[in-house]
Amino acid sequence: MAEDTLFSEVLDPANRADPYPIYARLRENPVAPQRDGSVVVSSHAAIRSLIFDPRLSSEDLPPSHRPRTGNPLKDWLLNPIKDRIATAHRPLIFRDPPDHDTLRHAVMRAFSVARVEALRQRIVRDVDALIDACVGRDEVCLVEDLSYPLPVSVICDLLGVPEADEPRFQAWATQLATALEPDARHDEASRHRTVAAFDAISGYMRALIREKRRRPTADMLSALAAPGPDGKAVMGDFDLISTAILLLVAGHETTVNLITNGMLTLLRHPQELERLRADPERAPRVIEELLRYEPPVHFRTRKALGAIAVAGRIIPKGAPVILLFAAANRDPARFDDPDRFDPDREDNQHFGFGGGLHYCMGAPLARIEAEIALVALCRRLVAPGLMADPPPYRPGASLRGPERLGIRISGIAPG
Amino acid sequence: MSAAEAGIVVVGASLAGLRGAEALRRHGYAGRLTLVGDEPHRPYDRPPLSKHVLSGELAPDATVLPERAALDAQWRLGHAAVALDRDAKAIRLADGSVLAYERLLIATGAQARPWPAASGGALAGIFTLRGRDDAARLRTALAGGPARVLIVGAGLIGCEAASCCRDLGLPVTLVDPNPTPLARSLGTWVGGVIADCLRDAGVTFHAGAQVLRFAGDASGRVARAHLADGGAVEADLVIVALGATRATDWLSGAGLMADAGGVTCDGACRVLGADGTPCPDIYAAGDVARWPNPLYGGRLMSVEHWGNAVAQAAHAARNMLAPSEDQQAYHHLPAFWSSQFGINIKAVGLSAGAGADAVAIVQGSRASRRFLAVYGRAGRSIAAVSFDQARWLPAYAEAVAAGQPFPPIRDASDQGGFLAMAPGFPPPRAAPTPIEAHHG
Repeated sequence: MAEDTLFSEVLDPANRADPYPIYARLRENPVAPQRDGSVVVSSHAAIRSLIFDPRLSSEDLPPSHRPRTGNPLKDWLLNPIKDRIATAHRPLIFRDPPDHDTLRHAVMRAFSVARVEALRQRIVRDVDALIDACVGRDEVCLVEDLSYPLPVSVICDLLGVPEADEPRFQAWATQLATALEPDARHDEASRHRTVAAFDAISGYMRALIREKRRRPTADMLSALAAPGPDGKAVMGDFDLISTAILLLVAGHETTVNLITNGMLTLLRHPQELERLRADPERAPRVIEELLRYEPPVHFRTRKALGAIAVAGRIIPKGAPVILLFAAANRDPARFDDPDRFDPDREDNQHFGFGGGLHYCMGAPLARIEAEIALVALCRRLVAPGLMADPPPYRPGASLRGPERLGIRISGIAPG
Repeated sequence: MSAAEAGIVVVGASLAGLRGAEALRRHGYAGRLTLVGDEPHRPYDRPPLSKHVLSGELAPDATVLPERAALDAQWRLGHAAVALDRDAKAIRLADGSVLAYERLLIATGAQARPWPAASGGALAGIFTLRGRDDAARLRTALAGGPARVLIVGAGLIGCEAASCCRDLGLPVTLVDPNPTPLARSLGTWVGGVIADCLRDAGVTFHAGAQVLRFAGDASGRVARAHLADGGAVEADLVIVALGATRATDWLSGAGLMADAGGVTCDGACRVLGADGTPCPDIYAAGDVARWPNPLYGGRLMSVEHWGNAVAQAAHAARNMLAPSEDQQAYHHLPAFWSSQFGINIKAVGLSAGAGADAVAIVQGSRASRRFLAVYGRAGRSIAAVSFDQARWLPAYAEAVAAGQPFPPIRDASDQGGFLAMAPGFPPPRAAPTPIEAHHG
């Protein structure tokens, strides 16, 4: 296949299980213009330079055919992703400074280390309960049994969503996550399902925010909904709703992939699984290497507001720029023997959480969840083995991870 | 002990000394390694001393630097080096002991410029802030609830201290000869933003004022400062924040090119003898080292910043172990950070030191106190500073290092029009060269 259509190979579901050979070909030309006008950036040095460049905008292309339904939230979702720039109510991952900074600052203040650490004990209990529920079986379906229910339950707790409502959130989050994939804009039916999910979740959130204002509790949504020190709202209602939805979707879908990719990788490297079982102190190293080796988010798209010189090429003004984080994570110019899974690697500066202005806000929470889940799985699953390798993957090329992960076991050790 | 058995001696057990020693081990040096420090403490980190330590959020002894590699070193702490004998290849310590070396790394850093005793500097209640013990003493005194704190010098340390004192609810007066704070490091145009912060925080700022002397009460405690304009400031606690002088006194008889401005090195961090020839066995790094920086046309400079201590020490260590035909020149783009009045300030490049003639806000706004400003000289970008906008700074650092046009980046996401202003640097205090880049 030609150089200038390599990225369409990345999007091809046939390559989902192992996109890394395509990434290696892309890296031969680390700033690679594609036939559709986009530019794929795949080397560590070029991405490192670009994530700090203020000429890369997250507000995407100006609208050509913007829908007008009368509801700005619905408009935003009906818009093809590339056309969402001028719509008024965007979550902060689709916004630039100064608005982005104001919103991010408000979220980060509420998303404190103390708040994340306070979740630790409950995550431990959740993980144990989810594994306990598998006792007596000779196989575990990791996604269904643990990777999927855990993060949604944690993020609901963090936000302050009542436990009884959690199942509804699972369905909404799954549908909304599809909107982040480049392919989603081509599929009319899926877009309408997304809008329906968005309508439902934003209606729910609006009511919940009203409730949190009336009777504030210790959760994050109450903190975000409360007036700031000057008595004024920290963010407007639309921003509050879109932020809550962002936290739900981003905090959920990505962590599912981190845990599932993590266990898949450990099962493919049984000696590392054994070492983690014997020494849970290795968990932070294992998680960082997983974030490099099999990151939950493979790429994000930005737009060049001006011509940018990088790695000896010029990205033209207006071009969509695809930052292929997962390819940079395997760049041999930055990492020795990059295709080897090696938790003992030093100086592991990966892009597993992106980087720059939009660096993942939930990174500390994701690390804790993955650490607790993987350590518990390694300790408790007796003689685990993969039932299918590669496993079936979900459609997303960016938020990439297995759809199912069957693990054969000979028993479950007590927690 | 023969010189070879004596191994490498590192004089100075702070950031540069520690990171230099670690780099020696990392580059495979397996011989004897000795670190000499004048303070009794293991290496600790200085930036928190004027911030979290003063405000009480961090205990002074919680600043110990992590040792990132097993050093397997001899520690000679609590006794300063007082003399260097190059012929004998030995140094003498304050306790009279003599330490032989095969190769020497000088990383003695700098010391706070004290207030002269003749003008009241010996009164109780007058502090400088450089080391961990200084910070502990000052913290205790601030916790005692002084009636008014007077800070002399509105540089980075003075402003950080003022910010901490206001956080503690203490009345503060800040005195500086320039029209705004941070005038020497950032110029009066950017410094004006900090002047606004001072005002909002309730600091009394005397711009263009100079303290002549301090007067004490009957018990020998400071009571007031007399200013050059005839006025006086009542204060029972004074912080003198007038910068630092390089710790080179101990080298006075050693026949090296060393003075209060530093010890002069060649491009590879080898110390120069008085005749200008490099000593093959003596290197210097960190605040104390003055070297020709190729990024600035080989002008001699010493850089008093945290990042330089780390990078230069590692570079010197590498050269110490390399043969004479493989001595690499040390390139460094100065960079520093500060936090004060809730604002995170980060800067790269040399502004005043390299003769900046223009400054422009290229992103954000002065009014919001969240912005990125670039300094230019003759149409080239030479430095950049960010106020609460640090994530964009690396892009400007690349542009500054490459000497791109001023301003280097157009079409940024939150950019209005540019208006180039005069940066407003005060005239230099002394001869323009060599350059000193202050603060870490």
